Amino acid sequence: MSNKVIENLYYTKSDEWLKVEDSIGTIGITDYAQDQLGDIVYLEKIEKGKKLKQDETLTTIESVKAVSDIKTPVTGEVTEVNIKVIEDASIINKEPYIGGWMAKIKIENKDELKNLMSAQEYSEYRKE
Amino acid sequence: MEELLLTPLHEEHLKLKARMIPFDGFDMPVQYSSILEEHYAVRERVGIFDVSHMGEIEIKGKDALLFADYLVTNSLIKMKDGDIKYSPLCYPHGGQVDDLFVYKIRDDFVLLVVNASPNHSVKDYDWIIKNKGDFKVNITNKSRDYGEVSVQGPEAIKLLEPLVKGDISLNELKRFKFITGELFGKKILISRTGYTGEDGLEIYSFKSEDIIDIWQSILKEGKKFGIKPCGLGARDTTRFEVCYWLYGNDIDETVNPLESGQDWTVKLDKENFIGKDALLKIKEKGVSRKLVGLYVPQGGIPRSKMEVKKDGKKIGYVTSGNYCPSLKKVYAWAILDLPYTKKGGKVDIAIRNKEVEAEIVETPFFPPFNKR
Repeated sequence: MSNKVIENLYYTKSDEWLKVEDSIGTIGITDYAQDQLGDIVYLEKIEKGKKLKQDETLTTIESVKAVSDIKTPVTGEVTEVNIKVIEDASIINKEPYIGGWMAKIKIENKDELKNLMSAQEYSEYRKE
Repeated sequence: MEELLLTPLHEEHLKLKARMIPFDGFDMPVQYSSILEEHYAVRERVGIFDVSHMGEIEIKGKDALLFADYLVTNSLIKMKDGDIKYSPLCYPHGGQVDDLFVYKIRDDFVLLVVNASPNHSVKDYDWIIKNKGDFKVNITNKSRDYGEVSVQGPEAIKLLEPLVKGDISLNELKRFKFITGELFGKKILISRTGYTGEDGLEIYSFKSEDIIDIWQSILKEGKKFGIKPCGLGARDTTRFEVCYWLYGNDIDETVNPLESGQDWTVKLDKENFIGKDALLKIKEKGVSRKLVGLYVPQGGIPRSKMEVKKDGKKIGYVTSGNYCPSLKKVYAWAILDLPYTKKGGKVDIAIRNKEVEAEIVETPFFPPFNKR
């Protein structure tokens, strides 16, 4: 089982990560999530400008064997979408924390970050 | 929940760190490394699958072949010893109990290889017993006794030919034929068959535990060919691309073989078989729906049981759908009302909350090895 965790990111119970730079959050899924999904073959288009509340579905990801919703860790508006992973979703398997980012979101309320886990907490949470 | 059954290779799967899932009552490996890697190993080199969950039912006695011929829709009476035939096993109404392979050992000994079902294929066994009537046969469910692995891919014959000791060389063994022999000192039955669309062999050990040695030794000997252990994931993607039916998805008790494209296995000129009257009537009247292939250019992967619509009206359902790794495209199989089954026609598949366009295309999506 694969479960690499990166420091200084925020994590959700549904296995998304969030990187915060000023008021912009970058969203992706964790190494654990990509490993559980197996070979990822499809990521649904993400709409730029879409407004989402914390925990709402940002997009849907499909592997050869499973489907999963990706939720936004924080409330905000989608400001940027990673076209590369829409075109070739297998990047998410290879680089869940780098090339595999999915979207950037303008964070509306930084208080929501309190609901998220630290790298250490997430690592504990997904320890077998 | 009932406890899952284990194949004799269960320990081997755990040693190889396979990801396990419940399937037809068994705890089975879905993947070892990656479904895609395992898929390409089968298409390009060779892969080995544990298929010990499959059921084996022996029919012995004077009427063995005649009885088997009465059970299934295909015609068996002209089969020679060592021949194998595929056939649906139907209910009187024409829907299917299962689909299976008939191995003719002798006139008085026929082996049926059936799908796994909870409790070692007891569903097929009970059905067969129930229909025994006055036939002079003994029926035994040997599903617990046989072990089985499937070795599939362009290198499969090259790998096993020097290792199998039998009456003839594997090079001489034609498709849909089997021999008995020895492999790594174990008695086996070996057939040139498979469920992947590649050339390959299916190996049955008569003692279930013998399959452990066979599995380990093939993996070892296969190293130089780049062999990979393959799970149910790759079994599904390889069979789906070449459009081999999966019982429980594409066919079941509600689907008759005339609408699923299995019509070449229905011999209505046979004197009698279970389901003949119903299938004759369906044939005369014409089918009302058909299993067709769909190409899905974008919008996700259709999965089993999703609705298919035309102008908002439901016209059928998806039976199987997946990303086809050899084509790098998404396809689906669906049972649609007859007026909507023309090639080139466009339909919509309801994938979760949205409708995705699909086009009716030829099957198979990817040609089997002997048609490339």
